[in-house]
Amino acid sequence: MIIRLIVVAALVLILWLGTRNMKVVPGRGQAALEFVLDFVRKGIVIDTLGEKDGKRFMPVLMTFFFLVLGMNLVGTVPLLQISGTAVAGLPLILSVVAFFLFVVAGFARHGWKYLKNALFLPGVPWPLYFLLTPIEFLSTFILRPVTLFLRLLMNMVAGHMMLVLVFSATQFFLFTVLAQGNLMGLLGIGTFAFGTIWIVFELFVATLQAYVFTFLATIYIQMSLAEEH
Amino acid sequence: MNVVGYLGSLAFGLAAIGSGVGVGIIVGKTIESVARQPELQGRLQSLMFLGIALTEALAFIAIAIAFIPFAAPAAG
Repeated sequence: MIIRLIVVAALVLILWLGTRNMKVVPGRGQAALEFVLDFVRKGIVIDTLGEKDGKRFMPVLMTFFFLVLGMNLVGTVPLLQISGTAVAGLPLILSVVAFFLFVVAGFARHGWKYLKNALFLPGVPWPLYFLLTPIEFLSTFILRPVTLFLRLLMNMVAGHMMLVLVFSATQFFLFTVLAQGNLMGLLGIGTFAFGTIWIVFELFVATLQAYVFTFLATIYIQMSLAEEH
Repeated sequence: MNVVGYLGSLAFGLAAIGSGVGVGIIVGKTIESVARQPELQGRLQSLMFLGIALTEALAFIAIAIAFIPFAAPAAG
């Protein structure tokens, strides 16, 4: 999709120009950029992973945040109007990367003991493992990447479909029903107002999903790195 | 009069009940906790968004299932 190329180009441009000549006393643009960068760095990564591990995983998590944020927000820009994340490819790639990230991080830290940490909860009487281990396997290695993928994709798809429904209803009510002289067509004013509000809600959802995706990826990495479950 | 539709949308509606109740409980409890300890608001809010994200994933799984083309519905 050409949208994704546009978004990536815009992101590179914004981040490059925004950090090209940094000043000690930041201007308005630099202050805004620093606020977002600092929020991801402190609020998400270092708070969860700690200073040392946080710095190791910072580049990829920062990429997640800005890529998802840019791709989500473009869905509310007039004339572009579709999110890069509303088509399955990009969320799929991102969640596969996140999946390998936390599995490989766990194996690199603990070796084969990672599987024991992930699959066998400590402090449970052993017959329960027949029940718990399949559930833990399902939740860690299958449901985690699948829900990362579906949450991002379906938030964007559902938001986009709501907008399509509401604005096509507006078109139908105002230009077909009202044009025939039926006063039911005045409902179109309501659907138009709702659609306008929904665009603002989409802005909120786009930011929230970028935050949630990055936060969950960070937490999964933290869970793999932790000593005990 | 006969009603024509797709059963998947009904299934999504049913699945959304569960997530709706779950999200409601999470947000309500967060508000209660913030009322008790306002200084913890930032930390509680990020936990709240985490809980919401995990809960509403179930509803999104339901939407995704509606997109899977099972046997094509008979026309008519």
